[in-house]
Amino acid sequence: MTTQADLDRERFHLDEEPHHPEGSSTMLGFWIYLMSDCLIFAMLFATYGVLGTSYAGGPGPKELFDLPLVAVNTSMLLLSSITYGFAMLAMTDGKRGATQGWLAITGLFGLAFLGIELYEFSHLIHEGAGPQTSAFLSSFFTLVGTHGLHVTFGIVWLVTLMVQVQVKGLIPANRRRLMCLSLFWHFLDVIWIGVFTFVYLMGMLR
Amino acid sequence: MIRAASAAVPALFLGGCQMVVMNPAGDIALQQRNLVIFATVLMLLIVIPVIALVGLFAWRYRESNKEARYEPDWDHSTQLELVIWAAPLLIVICLGAVTWTGTHLLDPYRPIGRIDRDRPVPANAKPLEVQVVALDWKWLFIYPEYGFATVNELAAPVDRPIRFRLTSSSVMNAFYVPTLAGMIYTMPSMETKLHAVINKPGDYAGFSSNYSGAGFSGMRFRFYGMDDAGFAAWVARNRAAGGTLSRANYMKLEKPTEKVPVMRFASVAPGLFDAVVNQCVRPGTTCMSDMMGHDAAGMKHMPGKGMPAQAKPEEALTGGDAGEAPPKNPTDVQQRSNASPSNPSTL
Amino acid sequence: MQTPTTHPAISPFLGRFTLESLPLHEPIVVATFVAVAIGGAALLAALTYFKLWGYLWKEWFTTVDHKRIGIMYMILGIIMLLRGFSDAIMMRLQQAWAFGGSEGYLNAHHYDQVFTAHGVIMIFFVAMPIVTGLMNYVVPLQIGARDVSFPFLNNFSFWMTAGGAVTVMMSLFVGEFAQTGWLAMPPLSGIGFSPGVGVDYYIWSLQIAGVGTLLSGVNLIATIVKLRAPGMTMMKMPIFCWTALCTNILIVAAFPVLTAVLALLSLDRYVDTAFFTNTLGGNPMMYVNLIWIWGHPEVYILILPMFGVFSEVTSTFSGKRLFGYTSMVYATLVITVLAYLVWLHHFFTMGSGASVNSFFGITTMIISIPTGAKIFNWLFTMYRGRVRFELPMMWTIAFMITFTLGGMTGVLLAVPPADFVLHNSLFLVAHFHNVIIGGVLFGAFAAINYWWPKAFGFKLDVWWGKLSFWLWVSGFYFAFMPLYVLGLMGVTRRLRTFDDPSYQIWFIIAGFGAFLIALGIAAMLIQFFVSIRNRKALRDVTGDPWHGRTLEWATSSPPPDYNFAFTPVVHDGDAWADMKTRGYKRPLNGYKDIHMPSNTGAGVILGALSVAFGVGMIWYVWWLAALSFVGIIGVAIVHTFNYKRDYYIPAAEVTRQEEAHTASLAGVTA
Repeated sequence: MTTQADLDRERFHLDEEPHHPEGSSTMLGFWIYLMSDCLIFAMLFATYGVLGTSYAGGPGPKELFDLPLVAVNTSMLLLSSITYGFAMLAMTDGKRGATQGWLAITGLFGLAFLGIELYEFSHLIHEGAGPQTSAFLSSFFTLVGTHGLHVTFGIVWLVTLMVQVQVKGLIPANRRRLMCLSLFWHFLDVIWIGVFTFVYLMGMLR
Repeated sequence: MIRAASAAVPALFLGGCQMVVMNPAGDIALQQRNLVIFATVLMLLIVIPVIALVGLFAWRYRESNKEARYEPDWDHSTQLELVIWAAPLLIVICLGAVTWTGTHLLDPYRPIGRIDRDRPVPANAKPLEVQVVALDWKWLFIYPEYGFATVNELAAPVDRPIRFRLTSSSVMNAFYVPTLAGMIYTMPSMETKLHAVINKPGDYAGFSSNYSGAGFSGMRFRFYGMDDAGFAAWVARNRAAGGTLSRANYMKLEKPTEKVPVMRFASVAPGLFDAVVNQCVRPGTTCMSDMMGHDAAGMKHMPGKGMPAQAKPEEALTGGDAGEAPPKNPTDVQQRSNASPSNPSTL
Repeated sequence: MQTPTTHPAISPFLGRFTLESLPLHEPIVVATFVAVAIGGAALLAALTYFKLWGYLWKEWFTTVDHKRIGIMYMILGIIMLLRGFSDAIMMRLQQAWAFGGSEGYLNAHHYDQVFTAHGVIMIFFVAMPIVTGLMNYVVPLQIGARDVSFPFLNNFSFWMTAGGAVTVMMSLFVGEFAQTGWLAMPPLSGIGFSPGVGVDYYIWSLQIAGVGTLLSGVNLIATIVKLRAPGMTMMKMPIFCWTALCTNILIVAAFPVLTAVLALLSLDRYVDTAFFTNTLGGNPMMYVNLIWIWGHPEVYILILPMFGVFSEVTSTFSGKRLFGYTSMVYATLVITVLAYLVWLHHFFTMGSGASVNSFFGITTMIISIPTGAKIFNWLFTMYRGRVRFELPMMWTIAFMITFTLGGMTGVLLAVPPADFVLHNSLFLVAHFHNVIIGGVLFGAFAAINYWWPKAFGFKLDVWWGKLSFWLWVSGFYFAFMPLYVLGLMGVTRRLRTFDDPSYQIWFIIAGFGAFLIALGIAAMLIQFFVSIRNRKALRDVTGDPWHGRTLEWATSSPPPDYNFAFTPVVHDGDAWADMKTRGYKRPLNGYKDIHMPSNTGAGVILGALSVAFGVGMIWYVWWLAALSFVGIIGVAIVHTFNYKRDYYIPAAEVTRQEEAHTASLAGVTA
């Protein structure tokens, strides 16, 4: 790293290459990307805020939402966040097997979440409350579905990383990638808490 | 007669540059014009010196002029920076104050308070209500007070406040008669309002000022400012026209047509405008206002609700006596373009 | 799926593509196609004949060098400028022609595509690539870095932008483009009123290019934050880097909005949801709000980097430090924040109510304060300077005058009652061309003339440059001052035919202006050609032809792959001027191995697959869309299995290049 001596008034260049560790900007870059993703969700929340009461004579949240099911679903995602945290702890300790194990459990929780969500969607569509029914349902399906799509990509990414950890071990590049996925996974958790509160709980109160 | 002719000659002469926005015949447009001039003059106070200084500095400090002072490291002056931030700020404060009052005073939703600069609106004045529907691609004007409707022709008596209620049948348009007042969007499923008054008799242009598809360019109408006698005659003429704008006829009328000649309907189905706003002209469809009331009341799923079909382009009717020939290219029909008008005589 | 009843059946293999989708009945399009096909074939033949494919692929298409990517962005922008300008000429001709019952020469179907394509192409595929290209080229050099933070991402971003451009160009010859205006407002852009492929071309070209824009924004922010040379604190950063930083913040905070709103529009069109419909509770006004929440920051995304360019140019060619650096930085930051608080001024006439309108009107006026402060700062940079009227400075002075006028009409339009009579009129069209041409394009031309010697090692020809300058500037005034007049005559935009003959003379003058601009573009292309031909005579071996003040002028022209043999240490805002005045001596030995990123073809492949995906979606060719989507995911995953993404330039090679530079420098002084 650059020391104060290097910044001597008379010196105009560094004799040695400055040490930018490989991928030193990755976490910052990924953060910035996540913030842009967060804005997409902000737009979808805003859309839901505007259209969430436009039932067009169709069914509203009270008739449609099955709160206990959503609570189970929420717990799946929250648990997956905890298990991802354990995976990261194992990674810090350099335990490859434990990391892989926790990652696998995280993935399974993620799949369970997706499964329940898909069941909920198919149930709604079967009841004639598909996304085409009203602006409320369009915005509901889009907001919740976009989150689900993110979880799907998260799982694809998780599997890819598990293969890479298996092949290459916990090398710095893989650790960095696991950190990025960790940010992504917890970010989805935070978004879901927003969805749960704003869409489901407040929908039932309305 | 001679006076009118002598007035017309300079008007024709100036016709090459007749800036209607700068020289309107309605009080609202006039006040808007005054704001345009005020804001421009205010900004010129700073714009002219800036442009002059650009020229002056560029010339004075050109490289070949060794006389001019050269201070390569002079890059800061607190006083100067205060001035360059404060000068635009002062202008903006002034303009902002005018904007705030002007915007509230000239809000199109606000009933007008004066006929012109010298005359307030009399207490007993009843505004002329005109319901405006932007159709593909023509304008429908309904006069509920008199019970008739016209297409592509609008008239109002001089010095009587006018209250427009506006909507659109399919896509967004904007209703604009530059000589009368500023524009306002007309939007499907929504109602906008505009208040105005015309102060001089005359024949003026009106049009849509928001692009709405293939027939947009032809979406023009005439607006006549008339004295009371002239307006009464115009009302009588429309009432004598025969023909009714029933809901069924409205549904024929709303089909896309271009460059439609003036049409007159002596009577109009009651509540037609509200039905248009609420997308329920077609019999058996649920009005949006009812649906919203239902939503707000949080009632159970509305049984057997009939949704109005979204306006769809339809096959062109042939045999129209105005407008374009039927399109040769089938995609044109899908693009709502070049459909010939439905024959007015069938309405 | 809400398929229009009149629509032919969708084939499982070709989707809704049929031979009728080819615009064979439009002679203008057919002639254009023939010309493009012949030109394209000649180009491909020449590339093959001169065996340039391998060179292009290895040295350019797969490059991760920010300088080459920057140059590719600029080339893309200039090529698309030709397309966008052809549209402009066609509009000018139609509007000057279609009087007295004449329909002109373009039918509505064609004309409406032309003005939509003009807007979309000029903003997304001319201005954006030029802005991104400039930032890409200049920022790492100005901060003394070897490359951007994520070199592969940079290559990928470029190919996504290029993929969007390819998609938009495809619509010219296969199918049609949107006939909705450049923001595709529903309900007009909904499936009911625009059932064809046009709006889908619009959506997918913007979505594909949008990915590139967003990622390049992320990349440049990380670069500016993380890779500055030692000693370069934020307040010692060149002003162009500041404007680039703010621009990229705006990109990252605005483009997701566009992505989301276009996604909602696609859902309405593809799966029949009810976001922006007239019925079922949909709300078209929401689209108008959302798209302008992106749209107004977009304006500042385009103009801010150009403010940076003008600052660098004014300071350099006045031989003087930039006046009021600190206030310039704060002005830029204020503009960045306020850019999000003005969107509603694009639709005062929607009936939002007086208080809302006044609020947005006044915020819009407030944004003119920092902008005005910037103009004054440039003025006082010239004050007590030694102004050299080289081409970049000429463009800057033309900008200062033109942009001040455009800014004034902009503030005028921010007064809601004034906007009621001028909104959507040709006055508005004149206003935004006044700021975009006078600001963004003049800035781009200043930048091209300024940094060309850095990029290629020789200056641009001055005679043709001056000719182009005068043609452009006079052409601009001839083309757009009449539009101000027409706007005051109550003429609205996007009209195809006219009935009032008094307008015609003004349209003819505007057409003449467009013709002058066409000559200006031609003169500029000739300028490039003549300069390349005379490159020996125009050679600059110093690396610092303009007596520059920032770090990019400290290295050779064109810079080596690694930019700087030794990482510079910065003590002053004008780092290179500081080094020169304090007698900096270039180190002549002690070179080390330099760590650099390796080239990769993944970006090109992902870009191509994205175009295939877009085409599949546009034409309802579902198998193609599915296949290419799987392909995109697959290639991305495979790419992550490549862990070897860097290499070292050996010290011997660095020595060779630096000694060559030393020798040419000695040739100058000898």
